[in-house]
Amino acid sequence: MSQINKEKGVQFIFLGIALLSITMLFLIMLFLFMEGIPVFEHVSIKEFIFGDLWYPTDDEPAFGIFPLIIGSFSVASFSAILAIPLGIMTAIYIAEIADKRIAEIVKPVVELMASMPSVVIGFFGMIVVAPFLQKFFNIPVGLNLFNAGLMLAFMAIPTICSISEDALFSVPSALKEGSYALGATHLETIIKITIPAALSGISTGVILGLSRAIGETMVVLMVAGGAAIVPGSIFDPIRPMPSTIAAEMAEAPYHSEHYYALFAVAITLFIFTFIFNLAADYISYKYKQTEESY
Amino acid sequence: MEPKIKMCTRKLDFFYDTFQALCDISLDFHEYKSTALIGPSGCGKSTYLKCLNRMNELIPKTKITGDVKLNDDIIYSSDVDVVSLRRKVGMVFQKPNPFPKTIFDNVAYGPIINGEKNKSKLTEIVEKSLKQAAIWDEVKDRLNNNALELSGGQQQRLCIARALAVNPEVLLMDEPASALDPIATQKIEELINELKKKLTIIIVTHNMQQAARVSDRTAFFYMGKLIEVNDTDTLFTNPALKQTEDYITGRFG
Amino acid sequence: MLQKISWRRKNLQKAVFFSFSSSAFLNGILLIIIVFFLLSNGIEAISWEFLSQPPTDSMTKGGIFPCIVGTFLLCAVTIITALPIGVASAIYLNEYAIKGKLIRIIRMGINNLAGVPSIVFGLFGLAFFCIVLKMGVSIIAGGLTLAIMTLPVIIASSEEALKSVPDTYRQASLAMGATKWQTIYKIVLPAAFPGIITGAILGLSRAAGETAPIMYTGAVFFSPVLPESPFDAVMALPYHIYVLATAGTNIEETLPLQYGTAIVLIALVFGMNLIAIILRSRIRKKMKI
Repeated sequence: MSQINKEKGVQFIFLGIALLSITMLFLIMLFLFMEGIPVFEHVSIKEFIFGDLWYPTDDEPAFGIFPLIIGSFSVASFSAILAIPLGIMTAIYIAEIADKRIAEIVKPVVELMASMPSVVIGFFGMIVVAPFLQKFFNIPVGLNLFNAGLMLAFMAIPTICSISEDALFSVPSALKEGSYALGATHLETIIKITIPAALSGISTGVILGLSRAIGETMVVLMVAGGAAIVPGSIFDPIRPMPSTIAAEMAEAPYHSEHYYALFAVAITLFIFTFIFNLAADYISYKYKQTEESY
Repeated sequence: MEPKIKMCTRKLDFFYDTFQALCDISLDFHEYKSTALIGPSGCGKSTYLKCLNRMNELIPKTKITGDVKLNDDIIYSSDVDVVSLRRKVGMVFQKPNPFPKTIFDNVAYGPIINGEKNKSKLTEIVEKSLKQAAIWDEVKDRLNNNALELSGGQQQRLCIARALAVNPEVLLMDEPASALDPIATQKIEELINELKKKLTIIIVTHNMQQAARVSDRTAFFYMGKLIEVNDTDTLFTNPALKQTEDYITGRFG
Repeated sequence: MLQKISWRRKNLQKAVFFSFSSSAFLNGILLIIIVFFLLSNGIEAISWEFLSQPPTDSMTKGGIFPCIVGTFLLCAVTIITALPIGVASAIYLNEYAIKGKLIRIIRMGINNLAGVPSIVFGLFGLAFFCIVLKMGVSIIAGGLTLAIMTLPVIIASSEEALKSVPDTYRQASLAMGATKWQTIYKIVLPAAFPGIITGAILGLSRAAGETAPIMYTGAVFFSPVLPESPFDAVMALPYHIYVLATAGTNIEETLPLQYGTAIVLIALVFGMNLIAIILRSRIRKKMKI
C-alpha cells in the first residue's frame, strides 16, 4: 500500500510543477493589472487608448497611446507583408521541393536566423541599414517604420517558416500520392492538396510570427526612430508600444503616474499578443492534423 | 493425478469503450504446462493475455468484469498491488523490446527495481537467467555491450531472460516469434519446452504448427469468445466443434 | 498514344519552384550578410585583452570580461531553475496526464507564456522579483525572469524527447513489475536524456541573447567589479551592445567595441545552436537504427 501512496505522491508533485507555468502566466497578468490600473485614476480608458498625445513627463502629462498602438500595428503589418510570403515559400521549398541533402542545410540556416539575438539585429539595422536607407531613398533619417519593418520581418520569417514546415511535412503522403495518381503535377498537388491540408498549421505559424513582431522590443527600440506620432508614410519614425516601455521605464519613478502608465501600455500589449496566441492555440487545437495527447 | 490450476479466469468480459472485445471467458491454466491461445487476428486472444497481468489497464476507456485468479488470489481485487502481480506474472512481447542499455543492465533491471543491490548477487542472477534463456554462451563475453546490437532472435531471448530474472511463476508470451526468422523461431520454441518444467506458460500464437509444437493445451478463440479448449493433441486431431476443425484445417475466412 | 506534357504546365511549375527556392536562399543570404558585416568590421576588435579585461575610460576602451561573466551567471541561474521545472512539467504532460480539461488549460497556459512579449517579462520581473520579493536588480532576479521566458521552450522540447521514447520500453518495464515512477526514472528519462539536453541548450541560447527581460531586472550599465553574490547586478553582453550603441559616451569611437561585443554574442548563441543541431541529428540517426 505504501508504494501505491508513494506513486500517487510522485504524480501529485509533477502535477504541481506542471501547474507552475500557468501560475506564472496568471502572476504576470496580476502584476500588470495591479501596477497598471492606477493610471486610470488620472485618465479615462477611452482617453488612454484613443488619445493621440503621449507626453508622460510634462507638467500636464498626456497619456494617449493611440500613436503607440498604430506604431505597433503599422510596423507589424509591414513586416507581415514581407515575412508571410517569404516564410511560407521557404517552408514549401524545404518540405516539398528541396532534395533531402539541401533541406538538411536550409533548415539549420532558418534555425540560426531564429536564434539571432534581437539586439544584434537592432544593432545591424542602426549601423548598416539606416545609413543605407538614408542615402538610397534620400530621406532625413534612416531609423523609421520601413527599417524596423525589415528587421522585424527577418525575425518573423523563421517562426512562420518552421511551424508551416511542420504542418506541410505532416500531411499524409497517401493524400499526395492520391493526387499524383490522378495525373496532377507536383505544383498542382502542392497548391490544391498539400497547402489546404496544412492550412491550419500555416495559419498558426503566421499568427505566432505576427505576435512575435508586435511584441518584439529591442529591434523597434533601436531602429524605429522613437517618435510618438501617427506615421504618415513608411519613412516616418514611430514609437511602438514595447519600445516605449523599454525606453521610459528607466526614468519613471516607482509608483508615479508615468510608471503606472507604462504598465498600462504593457497591459494593452499583453492583451493584443494574448488574443493572437489564443487564436493560434484555438486553430491548432480545433484543426489538429494528427491525434495528439491533448 | 489432477494437475494444479495455477491461473484461471471466470466469466471474464472486456470492453473497449462500448465494444465488447471478450465475452464470458472461463479458462484454466495448469501449473508447469504451456497453454496456447489460437484464433484468427482480432479474436481477442492478445487482449485476453493482457488481462492476465493487468496490462490492459494501460489502455484508456476500457472496462473489465468477471474474475481472474492467480493461485487463489483474485488479481483485480482492489487491495492487490498491480506491481507485485506483474512480478509474478512475467510477459514477453511480440516484438523484441530490449531497453537501450547494456545486456547486463537489461537483465538486472527487474532485480534492481525489486531492491536487489548486491553486485555479486546481481551477477549471479543475470548469469542464471541468461543461461535459462539459452543465450548465455552467445553474450557472456559482451555483457556490457548495448542490447540493441544483438540480432532480433537474440534480443527476444534476452527479453525472455529479463522476464525470468524476477522469478515469475507464470510467463505470458504474446506471439514471441512472429517477428523472427525460422531459425530464431526454432530456438525460441525449444526454449519454451525447456522453460515449462519450471513455470507455467501461456502463449498467444497465430501459427498452428507452433501451437502444436510448444503447447500441452490449446484454447481456440473466435470473435471474443472461447470456442473450445482441450489437450493440444486432442484439439488438433479430434476437435469437438466444426468451427474449430474449420480453423485448424485452414478452411476459415 | 500518350500526350506530351504541355509546355505551359511544365514551365509554370519551373517558374514557381524557382521562386520558392530563391526565397529559401534569400534567408541564407541575409544571414550571411549580417554575419559578414559584423565579422568584417569587428574582427580586429577581438583579442585576448578584449575578452579578458574590463571596460576602461568610460567604456570607450578596454574589454568585455564582466559582460561575459554576467551573461554566464544569468544563464546559470536560468538553467538551474528552468530545466528541472520544465522537464518535470513535460513528464507530467506526457507520462501522467489523462486527456481532459485540465491538460487543455495547462497547455494553453504554456502556449500563451511562450507568446508573452519579452519586455512584459521584464516588467513582471521588475515588479515581482526585484520589488515584491526584494531581490533588487540582481543576477537572481534577472536569471529567474529569463527562466520563466525559457520555460515553454524547455517544456516543448522535453515533451518531444519523451514522446520519441518507444512505448514498448514502458510496457516492458511495467510488465516486469516496475512502478510507473521507476519506469520513468530508470527507462524513459535516460532514453530521452539527449533530446532533453538538446532542448535545454536551445532554450539557453535564447536566454543568453535576450535583452529586454534583463534591462530592469539583472543587468546594469556599468559595474566596476565582478559580482560577489547572486544579489549583485551584472553587466551582460546583449545589454552592453544596446548601451554602447545608443547611450555610450562616444558612439562613433566605440563602434569597434560594439561590433566586437556583437561577434562574441552571436558566436556564443550560434555555437550553442550548432551543438544542439548536431546533437539532434545524431539522435535522429541513432533512433533510425
